[in-house]
Amino acid sequence: MFLITCPYCGERDQQEFKAGGEAHIERPKQPTELSDDEWAEYLFMRKNIKGVQFERWNHAHGCRKWFNMVRDTSNDEIKAIYKMGEKPPSQ
Amino acid sequence: MRNKYSVFSLIKNAFSYHENWQRAWKDPAPKKEYDAVIVGGGGHGLATAYYLAKKHNMNNIAVVEKGWIGGGNTGRNTTIIRSNYLWDASAGLYDHALKIWEDLSQELNYNVMFSQRGVMNLAHNLQDVRDLKRRTHANRLNGIDAVYLSTEEVKKFCPIINTSPDIRYPVLGGTLQRRAGTARHDAVAWGYARGADAMGVDIIQNCEVKGIKRNGDSVEGIETTKGFIKTKKVGVVAAGHSSVIANMAGLRLPLESKPLQALVSEPVKPIIDTVVMSNAVHAYVSQSDKGELVIGAGTDDYVSYTQKGSHQIVEGTLNAILELYPIFSRMRMLRQWGGIVDICPDASPILSKTSIKGLYFNCGWGTGGFKATPGSGDLFAHTIANDEPHKLNAAFNLNRFVSGDLVDEHGAAAVAH
Repeated sequence: MFLITCPYCGERDQQEFKAGGEAHIERPKQPTELSDDEWAEYLFMRKNIKGVQFERWNHAHGCRKWFNMVRDTSNDEIKAIYKMGEKPPSQ
Repeated sequence: MRNKYSVFSLIKNAFSYHENWQRAWKDPAPKKEYDAVIVGGGGHGLATAYYLAKKHNMNNIAVVEKGWIGGGNTGRNTTIIRSNYLWDASAGLYDHALKIWEDLSQELNYNVMFSQRGVMNLAHNLQDVRDLKRRTHANRLNGIDAVYLSTEEVKKFCPIINTSPDIRYPVLGGTLQRRAGTARHDAVAWGYARGADAMGVDIIQNCEVKGIKRNGDSVEGIETTKGFIKTKKVGVVAAGHSSVIANMAGLRLPLESKPLQALVSEPVKPIIDTVVMSNAVHAYVSQSDKGELVIGAGTDDYVSYTQKGSHQIVEGTLNAILELYPIFSRMRMLRQWGGIVDICPDASPILSKTSIKGLYFNCGWGTGGFKATPGSGDLFAHTIANDEPHKLNAAFNLNRFVSGDLVDEHGAAAVAH
């Protein structure tokens, strides 16, 4: 993983990007209704998968746009890249 | 019967060309059932087994390790030991470990080469200066030795540092903990393994855990590559792979596993007789007894289990090192490697019971677990044996992420995480 293909700018050096952690964690629709356990789940608990993981990345030193990536964390191989709001590819 | 290491055993074995030393630990096949099984044969796991046997009379226990003992982060860290943490809970935890380090070689009859050469932390900007002064006061209130040094005192303590005011990372001051230092990381794993083995603990290498068997809310045993092992107590000390084991039990942890890198240079004559850490630029230097410069870098910001890490992280660290120590400009690096560190949102560890009876986790040590090895083992053994945390690790429970009672050491400890 030295090159990352930004969906807006194309192939760029990994140094230009910032990892933003696990993707598709939904923000609570009714924050006032949430129990402490549910807050902990939303804020802190992570899948931290060894294998194929869905995550968010930001082209911080480029177009500064966010996008999603499917990556194998056991060998850093990038499987797919898709824009925010798009449906994740089935893996 | 375990033979003691001494100058006499050294002389005796010299006569047989050192070919007849007793094995330091056995290589047993797993039994069908144990009173407790520790998952992970690194320093923390072996220390846990050692103290379970020694202090809690639990001798029918095993340590299972998927590779070889001490082959994970125990053999990959930069061996720095210190206890200058900001918060009371952390200070208690890490200083407990430091006190055990001071007598560890005698206790284990194994030279862990603990060297209290001091650890100096540098301040590079005004906020660093304020933070380090505050931490110095907090340390002293907790009975931990700490002094604040001016730029001139930093230069006097470690003359090879470039303290010129016009560099990219000027040295505005620093702190010094004289009781801090380094130890030989492999020896720590080997010493604990030998000690635990002598008390009857089975150390089973090349044995990977594949599943955790539950009966309702309690643990019944573990599935491994060497078959099923029945046990009522499982202590998981799997560092970067903690989440992988937790998933097997249907448990979620607040961890992210990231690569942390280190590198060593070719060996040279003694040039730096202390440990210098610079948290703002993620550059840590000491010199091993072999003469290699041991350099620690920062973590990558993405989850990875590759034990590699990105090139720019090392490049950034070496840029800072060269500016702070111009004398190193022609040093050649011998080896570079990564370890997978499990980082908690508050950068403090978890030593805790879980919602599953008989399942305990010791994880989340992130970038700084080596220093805590003896204390971690001691307190985790207490937690497993009594099914209740010791008062020194009570704050480091898993429930703190629900209650909000975090031990927030992010950047507040001597090092930015």
